[in-house]
Amino acid sequence: MSTLTDPPKEQFRLSMLLYDTRYRSATIQVVAMFGFMLLAAWLINNAIINLNTLGKPVAFGFLGETAGYDINQRLLDYSNQDSHMRAAFLGLLNTLVIAVLGCIAATIIGVVVGVLRLSSNWLVARIMTVYVEMFRNVPVLLWIVLIFAIVTESTPHPKVYKGLDTGAVVVTNRGTYLPEPLFSRSLGDIHLFGNSSLRFDVSIDLIAILIVLGLSIFAAMKIRQRADSIQEATGDRPRTWHTRAAVLILPIAALLLALGFHLGYAELKGFNFKGGTHLRNSLLALWLALSLYTAAFIAEIVRAGILAISKGQTEAAAALGLRPNKTMNLVVLPQALRVIIPPLISNYLNLTKNSSLAIAVGYMDITGTLGGITMNQTGRELECVLMLMLVYLAISLSISAVMNWYNEAVKLKER
Amino acid sequence: MKNKVILGALTIAGLAAGAAAAGTLDDVKARGKLNCGVTTGLVGFAAPNANGEWEGFDVAVCRAVAAAVLGDSTAVEFVPTTGKTRFTALASGEIDMLARNTTWTFSRDVDLKFEFVGVNYYDGQGFMVPKELGVSSAKELDGATVCIQTGTTTELNLADFFRSNNISYEPVPIETNAEAQQQYLAGACDVYTTDASGLAATRATFDDPSAHVLLPEIISKEPLGPLVRHGDHEWGDVVRWSLNALVAAEELGVTSANIGEMAAGTENPEINRLLGTEGTLGEMLGLSADWAKNAIGAGGNYGEVFAKNIGEDTPIGLARGLNAQWTEGGLLYAPPFR
Repeated sequence: MSTLTDPPKEQFRLSMLLYDTRYRSATIQVVAMFGFMLLAAWLINNAIINLNTLGKPVAFGFLGETAGYDINQRLLDYSNQDSHMRAAFLGLLNTLVIAVLGCIAATIIGVVVGVLRLSSNWLVARIMTVYVEMFRNVPVLLWIVLIFAIVTESTPHPKVYKGLDTGAVVVTNRGTYLPEPLFSRSLGDIHLFGNSSLRFDVSIDLIAILIVLGLSIFAAMKIRQRADSIQEATGDRPRTWHTRAAVLILPIAALLLALGFHLGYAELKGFNFKGGTHLRNSLLALWLALSLYTAAFIAEIVRAGILAISKGQTEAAAALGLRPNKTMNLVVLPQALRVIIPPLISNYLNLTKNSSLAIAVGYMDITGTLGGITMNQTGRELECVLMLMLVYLAISLSISAVMNWYNEAVKLKER
Repeated sequence: MKNKVILGALTIAGLAAGAAAAGTLDDVKARGKLNCGVTTGLVGFAAPNANGEWEGFDVAVCRAVAAAVLGDSTAVEFVPTTGKTRFTALASGEIDMLARNTTWTFSRDVDLKFEFVGVNYYDGQGFMVPKELGVSSAKELDGATVCIQTGTTTELNLADFFRSNNISYEPVPIETNAEAQQQYLAGACDVYTTDASGLAATRATFDDPSAHVLLPEIISKEPLGPLVRHGDHEWGDVVRWSLNALVAAEELGVTSANIGEMAAGTENPEINRLLGTEGTLGEMLGLSADWAKNAIGAGGNYGEVFAKNIGEDTPIGLARGLNAQWTEGGLLYAPPFR
């Protein structure tokens, strides 16, 4: 009888890295990675050497120098004596403004159009098809320029308003002026980050309003939850709408009254209107064009999402006696969201990146400030473009992260 | 297959190294064509005519350099650049020289690493407003909306002017002159500001030029001139002295009409040196002996170029003013050709 012995321990030889299939793929990947790193290193090194030969070594000191130029749309205080860094920061805020406004508008238009494109009304469905195809198949830059041309050329010069009772909304070829909210007993601002180029003013009035609104909504939700639990326990649902309405409206009304809320209207002074909330034509054109363009894609995504839900769901809802709009809101759309959200993220990212076309209409986003005037005045192309890329990367990754988190929340939960 | 990839990479590396080392003059000669950066279109200075040929005051500098180097004033590839793209185009080597009413400033010369080879137009920044606005001075422009080309010195001067006069304005940033003109005429801005010569050139193309006035204030010095990359001194010399040749030719009375006769030899030794019948100036530059004759023959001397493109007999109607010869009270002064 024989004894069982361990199989002979295989000795590891270097040649096995190449001839043994267990190791070969790892070897190839390691070699490829080193090759790639060498190539990258060579490119970077080449760029640094060439820039040094040109006498322009990579340096970021220019960000602290005086910018010297003005920015028309600014959310925070800025003068041409501020640094390039401050100008870039204001440009970034302008980019974020257009991204947020654009994503909201595009989502609303996109969902409405996507649903209407499936409408049984022939005319409505056809009109939506024409809209989607028109916007999807023409470059967004052309839409931006076209809409800008329309808003500039078709609106009146400010002096047309001279001597007229202007009213609340003024539309001119320099932009639209809306009434601005003013507080006669304002609480002032909080100044963050001292005097640095990232200093940021936050209105205490706004914070107070947001807190009160948040608390009101929270209280209203609690009241509804209580009504729900009473309904489950007893079968009777207490009437709560009047208390909920009171909880929502009274505190904020009291706060606004305490702050001395009133509206400020734009007035023609000298060459232009002064006061009011000034929506520049460049902002309007960019916002409209980006929203309409992206909405066309979102509409297709929404349509695809709805079509992905089996018709049986709609029929079952109809059998339960739900009206078509309730069916859409309560049965179809919530399920379609799972299909809709992943491609929707891409479209938010596209909209944000497309906002860099702002320069075509003179909207001062970060591409216009850091990647435009600053780059031109300082001659720091490489540094500015690198920073721009980092900024857009950071914005895009943030949008992705938030949307993926939302996707996790709405996706089908299997237990 | 793998070997080919590696060889390809090495070739690219070799080319990249080669491009950095060779001089622009040799490149231009080898290419047989001068790449010259101009504006995207400013009538009188650089704009394509009805036949698609570029012409204008800045274009004439390009043509003179091409004629000096290659003996052919048409061997020019015109590259339209905006205020924003011009420096990148020059620094990256896409163009050999830039002749695009660009202001000679300290930071562009020193920090951006360019070399201004001279001044072909002494200018200053002005303002244009519609006559019906009733404005007679730039200091009355408080609160006005101003169209401004981005990435220019005018943008910085404008900010300085309004700040030092304690008045406010609303800038409308714009990429090109054509766009600015369209915005200004549509009334989207009250004022258009750029170099006074550019304003005059722009106004000349309006349907009714008399409805617009140039305000009296000139708020800055704008010496406009051609520039090349820093560090390539041979090439810088070629462009510098081609420009000087045009200026000197006017002073010396050499015109496109009499250049043939003068090139046969004259009593004046400086003309002889300039036109190559005496001395070796061309050889010193690495060019043929008749380089300056070609440059002047391309479009005439400085005075002729001025008169033909932007002078008082053209729609643009600029007076010589500061741009007259030093002998006539102007600032034009070419160093001696000796």
